[in-house]
Parts: sequence; structure tokens; C-alpha cells
Amino acid sequence: MKAIATSAAALVPEPAEIVEKRSFGRELHAYRLSFLDPAVRPRFDFMPGQFNMVYVPGVGEVAISISSDPEEEDLEHTIRIVGRTTRVIDGLGVGDVLGLRGPYGSYWPLHEARWKDVLVVTGGLGCAPVTGAIEYMFRRRANYGRISILHGVKKPSDLAHREHFEAWRRQPDTFVGLTADQPDRAWRYRVGVVTELFEEVEIDPARTIVFMCGPQIMAVLAVHILQERGVPAERIFISLERNMKCAVGLCGHCQLGPEFVCKDGPILPYARIARFFGVRGL
Amino acid sequence: MSARVRAARPRLGVFKFASCDGCQLQLLNLEDELLALADRVEIAHFLEASSRVEPGPYDVALVEGSITTSRDVERIREVRDQSAFLIAIGACATAGGIQHLRNVADVEAWKSEIYPHPEWLDTLATSTPISDHIPVDHEIHGCPVNKREVLRVMLRALLGAGPDPPRASVCMECKRSGHVCVIVAGGQACMGPVTRAGCGALCPSLGRGCYACFGPYEGANGPALAGRLEGLGLPRRDLARRFRGITGSHPAFRSTAEGLEDGDG
Amino acid sequence: MPDASEPCWLERTRLQRLLDVLLERGFEVHGPVLRDGATLFAPVQRVAELAAGWRDEQTPGGYSLEPCGEARTFGVVSGPGALKPFVFAPHEPLLQVRMDGPGSSFEAEPVLPEGHKVAVLGARACDLAALAVQDRIFLRGRFPDPHYAVRRRALFTIGVSCTRSVSTCFCTSQGTGPEVTGGYDLALTELAEGFVVRFGSPEGEDLVGALGLPIASEEALRRERSDLDACAEGIERALDSGDLRDLLYANLGHPRWEEVGERCLGCGNCTMVCPTCFCHDQRDEPALDGAASLRVREWDSCFNPEHSQIHGINFRARVRDRYRQWLVHKLAGWVDQFDTSGCVGCGRCITWCPVGIDLTEEVDAIRRTEGAS
Repeated sequence: MKAIATSAAALVPEPAEIVEKRSFGRELHAYRLSFLDPAVRPRFDFMPGQFNMVYVPGVGEVAISISSDPEEEDLEHTIRIVGRTTRVIDGLGVGDVLGLRGPYGSYWPLHEARWKDVLVVTGGLGCAPVTGAIEYMFRRRANYGRISILHGVKKPSDLAHREHFEAWRRQPDTFVGLTADQPDRAWRYRVGVVTELFEEVEIDPARTIVFMCGPQIMAVLAVHILQERGVPAERIFISLERNMKCAVGLCGHCQLGPEFVCKDGPILPYARIARFFGVRGL
Repeated sequence: MSARVRAARPRLGVFKFASCDGCQLQLLNLEDELLALADRVEIAHFLEASSRVEPGPYDVALVEGSITTSRDVERIREVRDQSAFLIAIGACATAGGIQHLRNVADVEAWKSEIYPHPEWLDTLATSTPISDHIPVDHEIHGCPVNKREVLRVMLRALLGAGPDPPRASVCMECKRSGHVCVIVAGGQACMGPVTRAGCGALCPSLGRGCYACFGPYEGANGPALAGRLEGLGLPRRDLARRFRGITGSHPAFRSTAEGLEDGDG
Repeated sequence: MPDASEPCWLERTRLQRLLDVLLERGFEVHGPVLRDGATLFAPVQRVAELAAGWRDEQTPGGYSLEPCGEARTFGVVSGPGALKPFVFAPHEPLLQVRMDGPGSSFEAEPVLPEGHKVAVLGARACDLAALAVQDRIFLRGRFPDPHYAVRRRALFTIGVSCTRSVSTCFCTSQGTGPEVTGGYDLALTELAEGFVVRFGSPEGEDLVGALGLPIASEEALRRERSDLDACAEGIERALDSGDLRDLLYANLGHPRWEEVGERCLGCGNCTMVCPTCFCHDQRDEPALDGAASLRVREWDSCFNPEHSQIHGINFRARVRDRYRQWLVHKLAGWVDQFDTSGCVGCGRCITWCPVGIDLTEEVDAIRRTEGAS
């Protein structure tokens, strides 16, 4: 019975207080969360790319990747207001309490990426799951080769963490390319879709590893270009998004082919999902 | 809806258009819960329950019934203007109800057949759902609605959360409850496989075929079910009537009915 | 579990004694009873409550019962219900939350089932095979399911080998039947005068001891063998499993998916009656006073519109996508995920599909025209 009680307890959300809320436009907020019981924090040790189930009591749970650095005490989740649970989160602020359970899923291959060039390709809100990974690498800058960050948004207002991109741009041996599909007059970066930014980076296929996150249509196109330029499928890592309810591979919602995105993913090498990725209706 | 509905004690208005009052009765049938609910919600306008009427605005409005007169058309706009979150409840309000059958009949002809003074009647040629006239924030389906679902929607609203209605087919509820399929084992015409869940598979639980009062579920495959039920020996004309019933104005059901009627010669 | 027992013999007239001993030991005993034109597992206390003297005919989309003309207790092969609801409840609470509302602090406690002892009499070989598949899903992963674990621990299974089949059966091609060969506490084979009995667990052995059963005669075992062989030979439907995983993965764009999507109702009956399907939804149900909330889960289905939906995107928007997901997962994805097919050949999805879609026929159609697009 003890094992059963333990496995039941692992699925219980822990209350955490919102200690900071930063908004990027009306529909995108970053929440920093601090556990009411600090003793549970070690259970939430994570690697960049993993996610928590964020819980609103009485309302529901949503899977949200952790966008803070693993070494920070507080956890940050960048949340887009898109559904019935996030709409309630939208109305919460500093001092309010959310529940967290996790961390779940796979993480970016930051160890494997050491001594390699890292190409980060993101679109839309896709930067949130990879922000922590980028910060992680810069904090250990000597361990990584050239870092190129290509990020595309539809509208300038979709650009969260603009200050991050500006800070990264000043890092040694680093390229940051930003582009918007539908720019406004104040937009001072490139215009177009993110795959057009590939023209601006040199890729040495033998020593490049790719972290990718964003809309499927972007990822399909980007994978195509990268493979044409010789990057092997085993070194293109994609963060996937699917409907998740349990987050532990039991409820069945998040499947892509044989993968449970919640526990096998959300980050998977393209080589593993090539057969299924981009197939309509899968 | 969050900020508006999360007022300390939200004000509720219940309004009736062309209908039988059965959905409002479902609210009153929440006997064990109604008092507790009234603690959390100020029932400001609910003529079926009380003649005491408070003026708007209302945080939540429940609207029963379909639009069948020109006065209805004006009145529903007034209700909309007074209501922050407006929910259409029941098949009349969401699909025009059984009275939508007038939409495929000659209203002028039957008026004079039924009434001695048809000229005294002020009625539109159609019975239409609320959403044909004003923006609706949510719909609760059924004839009548399931009182549990109305309560679920209210309790969610009180937390500032939107509804999460059942969207599967009736078969899901039927099988979860362990009922034996009345089509496969009973040879009955059951509309469950094309109908939206929410009733708890009430009719199949009593050994009767579902008659689709909750309307089509998303992606309902009417023609495939019609073909199967035809195989049970049901004449196409009778089958068409099953799709023409209470929620027959929904495109998925209407087109199936039309297909069956066309093929009936 | 090793089957170390010498087969024993239970006279037909002593079957009640088996029920009595189980009841005395605190089990709620479920057996197949007649209900609304089919058999369902329901609580029983007397042998007379069982669906004896009947047999079932099953066809794609059709199920009927008729008197079988002999005193067989287990003449009906199967009804729509398998063992699944006993271990994976159709609807159950997961978590009780005390709260003041969104944004407030809260306390959450798991709600576990009581785990009262249940004995199921009349599980078929395919049902037991399905239970073994569900054990892999719910118990063998990194996050074992506590609710399933409690119910599973409290379950005592009495399998009954099949001596007749229906047209939708194809256990032989899935290697799961018709003979009960494992995963049981007790296993019976019904002959005219009584039952050959084997035990497959210490609890089963103890029960056989309590009943004081004699060893089965050689003649009884010969007849048992011949009845089981005849049953196996009579099963005509088959699922050609050769390279099935690769066949399906290589034919995700096959036109058959579109064609079956035209016939499929998308109603999800196949997934509800499938003894291995495990998808479930979970959601919070706030209490009337706003100070508590209960997280519940219930059976979900890959045929439900919201199953594959996230904010504005539905990955499987069309019925054909959902049918393909179900079939490819069942027969291919399962192999990668759980190292077993998800299909045990019970045929329920064929019988209880209101329009009689037959997965063996769908697979054959794809196999015949492999590579079409």
C-alpha cells in the first residue's frame, strides 16, 4: 500500500505563490512562482525544456514549460492566455496561489550539445520552452561553440522577452536574428518568416545541433532546410505540443504516433518522429 | 467573463421566449442545491420562480425559448444589452425547438387551418435560435437541459471560469454507464451515435432509442447512421422525421433529413 | 503465473459451493447475467442468477441471444463488458481539493478507491489477456496508476475457457484464446456434467483446497482437449499480424482511411467496449459552496472531438484521422509503447460498432493495396 500512496501523492499539485508577474502584451504573462512550502522545491529540480502542470483550484490544469534557469529558486512559467484555465490565470497576480505538479517530460540535450555549435530556431511563443536552455548555455559559455538564435513572430506584440534577445546579441560568438511576419512601423528587425533567417547563418553540419520549438508548419519547413544543408536528423531536436491531461503517459491524449509527448517528449530528436511529424491529422 | 461574473454575488436573470418552460423547471428541480446556489447568486429576475423582478443589469442571463415574433426580436436585444454573460438554454433557444418545424411548412396555410381569426396572430414565419439574433456566450443543449449541466456551468462561472460542456456522443455516456446498446442488441432506432452527450444516456438507460434532443455532436455522421437504421426496416420517411425532430434545424441533421426525403421519391 | 495444479473436477451441482466460499471470504462475486438482450457482469449470489441455458450470436453490428438447448452455464461467449471496468473505473474521483477559489491557497488529497474484494466469474481468455495488457499500461510505467493498482490488487479472476465462439472472435490469430492459459486465479472449462478446474495463484489454490475437489478424470481431460481444439478450429476470422506495425506506419496516407471515415460514426463505441483502451479525461468539479473541488476522471476516447484539441488547433479534426489514430495505435503504436499488440481478438469493437466496421477487414484492405495513396 505504501507504494500506492507514494504514486498517488506524486500526482498532487503543490501550492505556489505568484511573486512576480510580467506582461508582454495583453495575452502573454510570465509568472514567477515560489512554493508555500519551500521544502518541496528539490522535488521540482528540472532541466530546461521540462514542464509543470499548472493548476487553478476548482478550474483545471494546463501543461506549461518552465522558462526560468534551473539554478534559480523560483520557477517561472510564461503563459499565453488561450483557453478556459489560462483565462482564469490571466486574472491572477502577485500574492495569488497556483498549484504545480511536475516536472515532467524530456529536456534539451544540453550535455550532448557541449563543444558544438547550437542553432536555436523558434517561432511564436516557441521561445518560452527554450529560453531556459539558452540562459543555461550562456552561463556556461565556454562549453558551447557558436550559438545562433533565430526567432520569428507573427506580430511584434508576440515578441516576449525582447530584453533577452538584446542581451544574447551582446554575447561573444553569438548571432541573434529576429523576424516578424506582419511588422509594425516600430519593428527594426527583419521582415518575413523565420526560415528566411537561415540565409544569414553559416551552418557546419558536422558540428551543429539544433533546438527547435514553434508552430508545426514552421518546424516542417525548417527541418527540410536543415536536412538539405546536411544537418543529420538525430541532431535536430523539436519541442512538441499536444493536449495533455495526466502528464504521466496514462491518459492517452498527447500521442504522436507511438510517442507520448508528455513523457517521451516534449523534446524529441527529429530522427525519432520523422515518420509521423507533419503528417496531416495524426 | 471572469471579472464581470466574479462580482461578490453575481446577479442572475432567467428569461423565457417561445418554449414550454421545461428548462426553467429543471432549474427549480435543483431542489437540494437551489438554496445553496441562491446564497452565492442573487436571483434577480426569474418569473417562473418569483414574481419579484429586479431590473438589470445581470451578470449572467439564462435564456430559454426560441424567437418566433417580432416582439421577441426586440426583447432578446434588450436582454442582451442588460446581460454580461448570456447563456441560451435548451433546444428551443439553441436550435429553434420543435416549433422550428414551421420553418419547413407554410405558416400562412396552417394559421388559417387552426385559428378562427388568424389575422389576430402576430408571428414570424420561422422559429429561430437565440444565436440567430444576438451574440450568445454559451449554449446548454437538451430538451430539456440537464439540470446538472446548468449547475456545472453556474459553479464554474462563480469561479470565473468558462464552461467545459460534454462534446462527445451519447454513446460515450451510455457505455460508461454500462448500458447495452439498443441498436446492436435491441434492433432499435437510436440517434445516440450522432447526438451530443449531456443527458447521461437517459433514454437508452430505459431501453429506448435516443431521439437526439441534445442535437448533433461535432462531426456527427448522419448519413452513415441513417443507412444503418434503414437496415432495421425503418421507412426513409420515418427516418427523416428522426432527424427532423426537436433539434432538426442543425445543418448536420437537416442535410441528412433532406437526403432521406429526396430519396423517398 | 506457473500453472502447477493438477486439474480438478467440479460437479455442475457444486458450482453454488464455489460461489458460497467466495461470498464467505468477503468477495463481491460478479458473473454473466442476462440484461437488456445481452450478458453483463453483475453481482450474483446464486448460480441460478447466471445466464445459463443461453447462447449468443454476434455479427458485425449485431448481437442476439437464443436458448442453447442444454444446461450450459457459460454458453454465452461474451457481452459488451470485459474486465476493464473492474480495474479501470468508467468514472472515479482522483483528488479532493479544499480551497477558497482561484488564486487562493488550497489543500489537495488523493482520493483512492476502497479496494473491496471482487471476484469475477466467467472471464474469457481474451479478457484475461486484455487485463495483462492493461497491467502493463497502468502498473509497469514510471508512474504506476494508484487507482488501478488498488482495484487490481482486490480482483480475483475465475476464467472460463471457450468451448464455442461467435463470428466476431479472432483470439486464435492474436494468440490469446480460446483456452485460458494464464493470468487467472482459477480457470474452468465447462463440460456437460461439470467443470475442469485449475488454479493459477496461491489464493486460487487455497480455494480449490477449501472446496475439496477431486482430480479430474482422464476422460474429462480428453473431452476438454477435444472441445477446446474444436472451438479453436471453428474460429474463422483472423487478423494477419505479420509486419502489421510496419505495414500501418507505412500506410498512413492510404486512401482506405478516407473511405472508412465515410462509414465511421465517430461515436467511440469501439473504444468503450475495447478491453484495453485506456484513454481518460480528467477535470475539476467545483462544489456547490465554492470551498471544495473534486478532480474526477472518466473514460475518454480518441474519437471525441476534444481529445486531440489544444487552443484552436485540432490535430485530428476529421473522423478519418480519429479512426486511423485508433487503429494504428491499437495495432502498431501499442507495440512500441508496451511491447504488445493492443488487440486481444475479442471482437467487441466489431460487434458493438453500430455500423459494423470490422478492423480485420480494414487491415486486410490496406494489406491488399499496400502503398496506395
